[in-house]
Amino acid sequence: MATLNINGRDVTVEVPADMPVLWVLRDVVGLTGTKFGCGIAACGACTVHLDGQPTRSCVTPVSAAVGKRITTIEAIGATPAGKRVQQAWLDLEVVQCGYCQSGQIMSAAALVAKTSNPSDADIDAAMSGNVCRCGTYQRIRAAIKQAARAPSAVKAGG
Amino acid sequence: MDRVSRREFLIAGAAAGGGLLLGWHVDARGATSPDFAPNAFIRIGTDGRVTMIMGQVEMGQGMYTAMPMLLAEELEVGLDQVRLEHAPPDDKLYANPIFGFQATGGSTSVKGLYVPMRRAGATARTMLVAAAAKRWNVDPASCRAERGAVIHTPSHRRLRYGALAAAAAELPIPDNVALKRPEDFKLIGTPAKRLDTPAKVNGTAQFGIDVRLPGMKIATVAASPVLGGTVAGLDEAKAMAIAGVRQIVKLDDVVAVVADHMWAAKQGLAALSIRWDDGPNAKVSTADVVQELDAASQQPGVVARKEGDAAVAIAGAAGKLEAVYQAPFLAHTTMEPINCTVHVRPDGCEVWTGSQVLARVQATAAQVTGLPLEKVVVHNHLLGGGFGRRLEVDYVTQAVRIARQVEGPVKIVWTREEDVQHDVYRPYYYDRIAAGLDAQGKPTAWTHRLVGPSILARWAPPAFRNGLDGDALDGAVHLQYDIPAIQVEYVRHEEPVLNTGFWRGVGVTHNTFVIESFIDELAAAAKQDPVAYRRALLGKSPRARAVLDLAAQAAGWGRPLPARRGRGVALMYSGWDTYVAQVAEVAVSDSGDVRVQRIVCAVDCGTVVNPDIVKAQIEGGVVFGIGGALWGEITLKNGRVEQSNFNNYRTLRMNETPLIEVHLVRNLEPPGGIGEPGTAVTAPALANAIFAATGKRIRKLPLVPALKT
Repeated sequence: MATLNINGRDVTVEVPADMPVLWVLRDVVGLTGTKFGCGIAACGACTVHLDGQPTRSCVTPVSAAVGKRITTIEAIGATPAGKRVQQAWLDLEVVQCGYCQSGQIMSAAALVAKTSNPSDADIDAAMSGNVCRCGTYQRIRAAIKQAARAPSAVKAGG
Repeated sequence: MDRVSRREFLIAGAAAGGGLLLGWHVDARGATSPDFAPNAFIRIGTDGRVTMIMGQVEMGQGMYTAMPMLLAEELEVGLDQVRLEHAPPDDKLYANPIFGFQATGGSTSVKGLYVPMRRAGATARTMLVAAAAKRWNVDPASCRAERGAVIHTPSHRRLRYGALAAAAAELPIPDNVALKRPEDFKLIGTPAKRLDTPAKVNGTAQFGIDVRLPGMKIATVAASPVLGGTVAGLDEAKAMAIAGVRQIVKLDDVVAVVADHMWAAKQGLAALSIRWDDGPNAKVSTADVVQELDAASQQPGVVARKEGDAAVAIAGAAGKLEAVYQAPFLAHTTMEPINCTVHVRPDGCEVWTGSQVLARVQATAAQVTGLPLEKVVVHNHLLGGGFGRRLEVDYVTQAVRIARQVEGPVKIVWTREEDVQHDVYRPYYYDRIAAGLDAQGKPTAWTHRLVGPSILARWAPPAFRNGLDGDALDGAVHLQYDIPAIQVEYVRHEEPVLNTGFWRGVGVTHNTFVIESFIDELAAAAKQDPVAYRRALLGKSPRARAVLDLAAQAAGWGRPLPARRGRGVALMYSGWDTYVAQVAEVAVSDSGDVRVQRIVCAVDCGTVVNPDIVKAQIEGGVVFGIGGALWGEITLKNGRVEQSNFNNYRTLRMNETPLIEVHLVRNLEPPGGIGEPGTAVTAPALANAIFAATGKRIRKLPLVPALKT
């Protein structure tokens, strides 16, 4: 039994302590926006935020998430950075198949929340763990830049 | 690929719940009487709601925007006024005109449906206008349609489509409706926003893997790691002891652990410690496969194209160049791992998945369960990548076999390791190519013998004709260079050690690598500039020459580069009726690592439906092509695939992605395919750039391992 704070709500789940957060979200809680891609933290499709930090949920046991705020793609639009990132994704038509984009947006939102004017190197560092087989990287890079330079600066750590 | 002979006709009738239902019908047998069909492409309710039913599936390539654009353009509705529905399986209603059955793939959708979709929209609009004119008792020619309504121009009277739908459904279907002239297009040719994007940025988009049903269990599987192997033993008790594990399903060649959630299923599978009898392929390695291909390549093949006598011409030529090219097995690694949800009941079967071939999903489920076709309901979903992987239904067959043993619905999810090691791989191709040269180094004769399995003979048997596989030969038989003597041959050689199928870019990807690398070798042998050398041979192919010129100009071809940097060019053409030229710029480190600096593509795909999606497809196709060309390789040892996940089957990432520029040639030629050309053109451009940077010619993909040896 564990109580998790998911998208601002406390949810009590009866799962093994070593069960990765990914499967708790998808198979137990029913939040399927967070995606399974590799199971070994090699593709980033499962990225969520733990207390604002981008985290690969496929290798994060539930025990490590207790007491932290879990934010998923379903709620990232409620944060200023997440909202801006989603809008930039729409404006620049980043998406193709879309399967990896939850993870891409979560990684990007964490970057934009912390870094007001990310350089290409910042973007490489934050995003290279997220694989996209459709090859949307160029548009992701442009969308992050757009989101990060939106008129009202996103507060650091916001 | 040849088109099947066909008759097209429109079918219409009353939709369930009232309103107009209209679609078009393809029948390869040439039936003449239109049937009532419960499904089609457009449904207009009496409430005015316009629903478009998507026979072509969405896997990222933009079909859920391009198809509605074609329909809406002629129907005179805005894209904001339509709702989309996944089509059910139906090989007749939703046949891809190029294949003759329901399939999305091979870069065929816009090419095949550009006219039929518009005709469906125009016919519906004509009937709605006729219904309004009849009600007003005016000449239909005095009415026009606009944003989902018919307007009587002189009187400004206006009726919404919803109010006309029931009456329109009673009208005869008009023949030969006029389609709009391109200069009247409002949507076609514009960068309209994709209709599938909003749900894909907020987590609400539903892929097959996201299905949740009451009482549903989740299973994961292990199939024999060697093709043809069987289960020899397992430790069932250990798996059943894991909390959440409900059932072990053991079949001859696959084991599934059924559980409350994926974590329990995965742990259960590990606990089984399955022992396998590896069967006849137990000792096979990649080297064995290559040896057999090489032996097969010594034999003459079936001639696919012959002009002059190339062998004689080469024998008598002033110069001669010959080479062997090889392209490895490749996995697809769609981001959405393979999955299929099935509920088998005594009286029916339901399947939830994402597939490029829905009717085949239905057919295999019917076959496995023994149920009649109509008792199998298939719910399609968005596809988290296709790339040809979901043109196969092996995973559906497997899922239904397992689900037959399970009470209630079960979602079968493959791990990434299972996906990489049980793919339907791009075949290993082995090509012998030669050219005879005149004193100036210009080719006077060309022979190309390619060796590989026939995917079409298995996947679409009627398309395999006279010993020729049009997919394996695609691009090779379309050689655009003006050479007096040409012979292209195909040697069919099946791979009994791995299942092989289509991979993004299909036969064109491998042929373009061979042809465009070899033509570069000829240019180098003649000590001529690669662009100028090609250009001189393209007198009979103005579209190919135009994209070559555009790419070279945009890329700054000829501008000096620092040491160990190089530019390479490649040209692509095929049965897709699309022409692409690419200039790639690479930097090669002293240790042989390759950094792609910049990619410039010039694209002539004829009429463009949505230029932004066309650009996105080229950008994405290039990224797919770079990863595949630099590192992509599935290898076998003791019958087992040696790669397993993204850590050892490398794909391109953000930090490795170059700037990609796409320049479109706009013209009114019929639309060509666009999903795959970007991939097909990339490997040779990179190989040629590496040659320019290092002087090393690589004839065996992937490039980086070859460069390092």
